[in-house]
Amino acid sequence: MKEAQANLVVPVVAALASLWALLSPANSLANALLLVALALVALLKPQQWVRALTLAGLTVVFTVLIREQSDDKFAFYGLIGTLLSAALLKVPTYIKVLIGVAILFVSIPLAGLGNSLFLELGVQVAIFSALALGLNVVVGQAGLLDLGFAAFFAIGAYTWAIFGSGQANNFIAGNHFPLNPWLFFVFLPIAVVTAAIVGVLIGLPALRLRGDYLAIVTLGLGEVVRVLANNLDHPINLTNGPQGITPVGRPPVDWLINILNGLGLGRVYGRPIDESITYQIFFYVLALVVVAIVIVVNVRLSNSRFGRAWVAIREDEIAAKAMGIPLLPTKLLAFATGAAFSGVMGAIYGAKQTFVNPESFTLNQSIFILAMVILGGMGNIGGAVVGATAVTLLNIDILKNLSDQLNTWRQTGFTLLGYNFANLPTQLEPAKYERFVFGLILILMMIFRPEGLIPEQRHRAEMEEARLEAKDEGKLQEGSA
Amino acid sequence: MKKLAILATGVLALSLASAQTVIKIASVSPLSGPQSVLGESIKLGAQLAIEEAQPRFKAMGFDLQFAPQDDQATPDVGVAVARRIVNDPDLLGVVGHLNSGVAIPASEVYKDTNLVMVSPANTNPRITDRGYLNVNRVCGRDDVQGPVGAEYAVKTLKKTRLFVIHDKTAYGQGLAEAFANRAKELGATVVSFVGTEEASNFQPLILQMRAQKPDLVYYGGIYDKGGVLIKQMRERGLAMPVMGGDGLDSSELVKIAGKAVIGTLYTTTSGPIDTLPKAAAFAKNYKAKFGKDSEAYGAYAYDATNVILAGLEAAIKANGGKKPTREEVAKAVRQVKLDGITGRIEFDDKGDRKLSDYYVIYMKTDSYPGVVQKIIQFAPPKKG
Amino acid sequence: MSIAELLSILPQTLLEGLLLGFVYAMVALGYTMVYGVLGLINFAHSEIFMIGAVTGIEVFRYLGNGGNPYLILLLAFIVAAAVSGTVAVLVERLAYRPLRRRGSKNVLVPLITAIGVSFLLQDLVRAIEALWHNEFNLQYPSYDTFNYDVLSKLGSPLGLTLAVKGLIVILVSILMLAGLNYLVNRTKLGKAIRAVAQDMSTAGLMGINPDVIISRTFLIGGSLAGVAGVLFGLVYTNVTPYSGFQPGIKAFTAAVLGGIGNIPGAVAGGLVLGELETLGGTYLGFLTGGNFGSEYAQVLAFLILILILLFRPQGLFGQNVSEKV
Repeated sequence: MKEAQANLVVPVVAALASLWALLSPANSLANALLLVALALVALLKPQQWVRALTLAGLTVVFTVLIREQSDDKFAFYGLIGTLLSAALLKVPTYIKVLIGVAILFVSIPLAGLGNSLFLELGVQVAIFSALALGLNVVVGQAGLLDLGFAAFFAIGAYTWAIFGSGQANNFIAGNHFPLNPWLFFVFLPIAVVTAAIVGVLIGLPALRLRGDYLAIVTLGLGEVVRVLANNLDHPINLTNGPQGITPVGRPPVDWLINILNGLGLGRVYGRPIDESITYQIFFYVLALVVVAIVIVVNVRLSNSRFGRAWVAIREDEIAAKAMGIPLLPTKLLAFATGAAFSGVMGAIYGAKQTFVNPESFTLNQSIFILAMVILGGMGNIGGAVVGATAVTLLNIDILKNLSDQLNTWRQTGFTLLGYNFANLPTQLEPAKYERFVFGLILILMMIFRPEGLIPEQRHRAEMEEARLEAKDEGKLQEGSA
Repeated sequence: MKKLAILATGVLALSLASAQTVIKIASVSPLSGPQSVLGESIKLGAQLAIEEAQPRFKAMGFDLQFAPQDDQATPDVGVAVARRIVNDPDLLGVVGHLNSGVAIPASEVYKDTNLVMVSPANTNPRITDRGYLNVNRVCGRDDVQGPVGAEYAVKTLKKTRLFVIHDKTAYGQGLAEAFANRAKELGATVVSFVGTEEASNFQPLILQMRAQKPDLVYYGGIYDKGGVLIKQMRERGLAMPVMGGDGLDSSELVKIAGKAVIGTLYTTTSGPIDTLPKAAAFAKNYKAKFGKDSEAYGAYAYDATNVILAGLEAAIKANGGKKPTREEVAKAVRQVKLDGITGRIEFDDKGDRKLSDYYVIYMKTDSYPGVVQKIIQFAPPKKG
Repeated sequence: MSIAELLSILPQTLLEGLLLGFVYAMVALGYTMVYGVLGLINFAHSEIFMIGAVTGIEVFRYLGNGGNPYLILLLAFIVAAAVSGTVAVLVERLAYRPLRRRGSKNVLVPLITAIGVSFLLQDLVRAIEALWHNEFNLQYPSYDTFNYDVLSKLGSPLGLTLAVKGLIVILVSILMLAGLNYLVNRTKLGKAIRAVAQDMSTAGLMGINPDVIISRTFLIGGSLAGVAGVLFGLVYTNVTPYSGFQPGIKAFTAAVLGGIGNIPGAVAGGLVLGELETLGGTYLGFLTGGNFGSEYAQVLAFLILILILLFRPQGLFGQNVSEKV
């Protein structure tokens, strides 16, 4: 379609859909049309400012919709889609920033006041984004396969949990603990440093190895950290073992309650702002800010000589060495950076949950983080964030919506294509097969989009090249057969 | 904005008026992964109770629905599920969780809206020691059950060399520690106290037993590993009795261990099904509905759900037949007095059962359930 | 504990470690062979192993009442090998081959696919067993014939006991390993596998169809895992749809320990790991006064793995291939 036509079609469709959706909320057809409008913004190629205006308009509409209907998942995913479109499409940078800030800091907290699930989703997406960014430095940028990444997350979480609760009294004499909860903010940099140091300690032996040897050693060391966390309740009680540590302190938020009430948000919330929603907003904003810092650090590092050195090592270790890149220190820096990113999120996670136990730091968790990085597009900062968002939302929301829906159908005897869902045997309870669907999505994604959702430029080129090469080889084989 | 708000309330009111008022009860437990079989027993127990109650609620004008959820046995998924649940205004009760490590952070979420949670499985003392209005449990406490087992092993069976194993979970370790501590107080020797995450290969532990020659093995953990341990012990010719907590109380224990189960002892708050007429009916209905015997936490989940439903009914009555608030339900659940299939249920002000009968059960043959050896009445500690 | 008492269980500990090691070795072979030809860590291999164990149970379920237990066991081995091998080939055909077709050189893409396949197979087996028998925990029958202590006739030297089924594990493993050795080193197929492992495109030019050879490799590795699954179930008695994961990770560790891609290495790695784990699990508690007990067996195994790899980065048997520049 020509640009002129697109200039007309996109805003008109968006406007019509908005009008319809606003007039009849919770109408799924209207909602669907809105999402179509959003897709059109991305697929057709209108002028930049038309695109920008349409996206801004959609942001407002989705925000209003989500306020009206606090469980409107359409609007929530519409917001995510708008954010994504604004970030990825060609729009003036200040518009990108504007839409981003509006959605992340206004729309979603507003939505969260009506339905706190959205804040929880936001926090978890932010936490896993930082983890994915950290692992992306190690795996994506430096090309070092790490299968035990959750260990650093654990280090960060336990760093604050041990001292932010009464736990440290078990091995430090005198009743000094829990520490003043304000010290949480001091412990964020401490968690960064601790995790980075552990990263170096693990890296020192592990990074002498290559490829899959590195993979198994990191897997092993990741398990070692978890087993230690699970067992160091004796001879000295450092981690309280499987019982976990609770309650982990959180910084006081009275000030924030006053601010939020002062902003008149109590009316939106339906009752005076209380501590629980304030903590959710607090951790949501804190996690976002930390992700933003992580991204800035990551971008700066990637464009520095260290970043270039990582890519050089990933592409060809021997050539990199020949060019005078010191291998071990450069790799160690990648390890420490990745560890630092996840360490700080560990501390936030511990405070957010008020509870830390080893079950959060299993091999499965490491694998999930790796899946985020690869699904998003290895080596790409945007890819890591998108991958983390996709996997997290899939795991804790989308698949659950799906099974809730199927379950409702089962209870109301809904019939689809002649099959009555009331006949669904309990063995096939939809809630039991979320991981199954997740596995299926992983496989299909890898088959149809192996370069990830948002591939790194260099990587995309390589994949393309490889595809052509494979084609040639195929021809060759056919010829020889 | 104001107009929109009015519009929205109007639409909301319309949608509420159109159908029968929906009330949902959720079960939250792991439904995928290695612990799914335990989580599913919770789900099925709750499902049975709800399906039995549906006609009753229909008569009162409510559409009672069941919303099973998978917490994947991990705290972050558990908390996200908890957030989902508290934001569903129709949801008035939660049966769950399986893992204390998930229940503790999730119940912090339920507490925000006073959504009542009745746990069928979390025996960790901390669950109720926090004193939340909305958190209750129908199962025992580790710090009561462990000592009951120790009393029996040391005083009645006169065992002196005890080999204590646990499965490195919050439940298993808590139970094993409580057992070992009481046993030591009573003068027995704990020759070894070991934890293992292993699910299938217990040879290293069996070798240790050969060297230590204990006269009783205590297992703090669940039947799926406990049964394997017992079977492997007997196959390697070790004959000392094995004792455990309510984690062993399941027909699956017999299935897994086979003949080797003979001689095993366990403590439980849920009396053998054949002693209570209601329990026998439960067992029959469960089997008819799901095609298998009730396992693990099925009976507790059934009771937990019925406690919530009883509280809910009382709250509806007190509210003049209208849908009550979550806080009203939570308060009503605390007041429930019910003869469940696991005995009399009455909560104290922390949400523990006031007085629990602990049964010591002996597997005389390889058929479930075993024979009651002793009934010990035990109240939970006043202070946590 | 006196030293004499500690030593009294040492021979039995070593024997138990050997049994465990043989099971690990058989599974490790599948990892190593696939890695050899594709350079892929086939995470789904642990599920192939689990499927073997579950298939074995189904054979016993339908033939277990009466009949000669040895015959039924033999049949269980054959059926399990066939089923596991078939599933392995299907997985390769449906999940990995499309990736190769697209020419992706990134090893992490198949790794994530393998993880997806692993999730899929676990829940698939769970669904099948639930619908078919309403069961989750599956048991191998405990035949008295298999539990008979063969060493009791010899007067139990060193206090050792070895049940018939332990003997079966050792004999079957050795037989399978010898067979594999013959296959890889003495047959045309073996030659082709080695050729593909060395250089896939050159092998293609020499008239070998790499796809066929890769498929056969998955078949062989899968069948071995199937047999290993039956052995595992026979000795450790209980199997669930999630039983593959832990042994799978350990077998993978064993493969790396021995030098991944190397067949004798996988066997050696499996045996070393089996012994380490059993020795650690048994003695750690005694040696540290109960402070660091059995729960650290895995940590010990991993630490020793790291130590070994530090001094021999290519694994115990791996060749130190100089990087192609």
